[in-house]
Amino acid sequence: MGQTIIEKILSSHCGQTAHAGDIVVANVDLVMGQDGTSPLAIRAFNDMNGKEVFDPSKVAMVIDHSSPSPNEGVSALHKLMREFAKAKKFKFYDIGEGVCHQLMPESGKVGPGKLVIGADSHTCTYGALNAFSTGVGSTDLAGGLVSGKMWFKVPETIKFVCHGTLPAGVYAKDLILFLIGDVTADGATYKAAEYTGQAISALSVDARMTISNMAIEMGAKAGMMEADEKTLAWLKQFTDEEFTPVAADADAVYADIKEYDVSNLEPQIAMPHRVDNVTGISNLLGTPIQQAVIGTCTNGRLEDLRIAASILKDKTINPDVRLIVAPASKKIYLEAMAEGIIQTLVRAGAAVVTPGCGPCVGTHNGVPSDGENVISTANRNFKGRMGNGNAHIYLGSPATVAASALYGQITDPRELL
Amino acid sequence: MKLTGNVHKFNQDDINTDYIISGKYKFKTLDMKELAKHVMEDLDPDFYCKVTAGDFIVAGNNFGCGSSREQAPLAIINADIAAVLAKSFARIFYRNAINTGLPVVECDTDLIDQGDQLEVDLTAGVVKNLTKGIEIAAKPLPDVMIKILNDGGLAAHFRKYGDFNL
Repeated sequence: MGQTIIEKILSSHCGQTAHAGDIVVANVDLVMGQDGTSPLAIRAFNDMNGKEVFDPSKVAMVIDHSSPSPNEGVSALHKLMREFAKAKKFKFYDIGEGVCHQLMPESGKVGPGKLVIGADSHTCTYGALNAFSTGVGSTDLAGGLVSGKMWFKVPETIKFVCHGTLPAGVYAKDLILFLIGDVTADGATYKAAEYTGQAISALSVDARMTISNMAIEMGAKAGMMEADEKTLAWLKQFTDEEFTPVAADADAVYADIKEYDVSNLEPQIAMPHRVDNVTGISNLLGTPIQQAVIGTCTNGRLEDLRIAASILKDKTINPDVRLIVAPASKKIYLEAMAEGIIQTLVRAGAAVVTPGCGPCVGTHNGVPSDGENVISTANRNFKGRMGNGNAHIYLGSPATVAASALYGQITDPRELL
Repeated sequence: MKLTGNVHKFNQDDINTDYIISGKYKFKTLDMKELAKHVMEDLDPDFYCKVTAGDFIVAGNNFGCGSSREQAPLAIINADIAAVLAKSFARIFYRNAINTGLPVVECDTDLIDQGDQLEVDLTAGVVKNLTKGIEIAAKPLPDVMIKILNDGGLAAHFRKYGDFNL
């Protein structure tokens, strides 16, 4: 019986041929935690009588959710992480380095065939690099730190075949919002997603990461893609390791195969307060906006900032809008400066904040006021997500967010191309 | 193991981890009793005050979707909720609940209303709605999860075996 990508990766890490439904204990190649989850994991590690981490070269922790610390409570937890990382001698990324899901791929330790667990639900991002990566909680993370292993129920896979070419002004973010709207927030629960087809192959690696990042928003355990020349060239920036791409067998068994033609897709918006509450932008034109956010682990990469800058160049945002920009990593921040992107955004009226997650999770760096509408490139628009349950969050592509910031209302970016 | 208590019904699907405990609280502290005071606050501002120890949360599909953070099940445990019953659970929340010792029961919650009294038999996988006089079958937990729950959670499992022994 043929295997899906995820069945093959789990097989190579557990020493047996794994198929959907099996329970396996598999070795992991990288264990990652961020500052919202690591403090509880450290507590669980101690509770497990953990002494050393299984392999310091395969462990990383990142301060990104509250970076820099907004209060003394968070500071105490950050200190706990710093001291733990120093004592256990593994890689630690302090404030200013960026969002974990950009930093792990940039570390060169994530690539085709790897198995990664991360204590953050958007760890599924690295599926775009042909790695099986999945989000776990703090106690599972602690188990991984102690043993280098985790138990998995091998998931069934839903294959999403995306035919055609995305129209100008329509991006990876619009495509994944459309797919989530179609399958709903729990349409892939307990399953993995595999994205394929001409529309996916045509995308840059940056854009593919946007799609895999949001697999969890349909409930999926992972958002897998095959590796191609673009993937391998992208990885070459960060490592000399020779990866072996993992492709699904022709006779692999899927829970479902869904086919789409994306040639006529319009920009998509997720409306409050659910990520699967998706509609075409034409239904929302003119909705007033008070805050716009570009960044997050979904859309804070160089390509995203470049698209936003191309719309905002030599223009000024609407005076009734605050535009917050958070590059996904220090590397991206520096590259965006070298390219003049940051200057363009700041001149247009953007407030650039430390690379990190703050505005998206509502810890700091832009909590909206009661009754305000926010448009964001983030992956979640849950009520209260940005720190105020009385605000309304709309999700769109960097182009849509930039265009909307310009006019103070939801605006179709295709009008500005 | 049998639990008896009253129902707090949330008549909706997709109750996410931000509803269970808002992000603005959950990063500040490891004091879960403090977080528990804000549990379900955006859906019901007085929820914490309404709970009597041993009560149940009952909801629709996809309970616990969203974040991977264990502050969500821990806040529920520390609000003295005995178990969560839902039609289905999000994957990471489900694992986190078992790992931290919060019983989660998948069953047809349309047969349960606000204020009903339930007897939940976790071992037999049966929910008795004492108010309505009916029995509801629950979906059994996978064997590995029963083992982890019986060991007292994953940390206790590791203390006992030093590794996975599933």
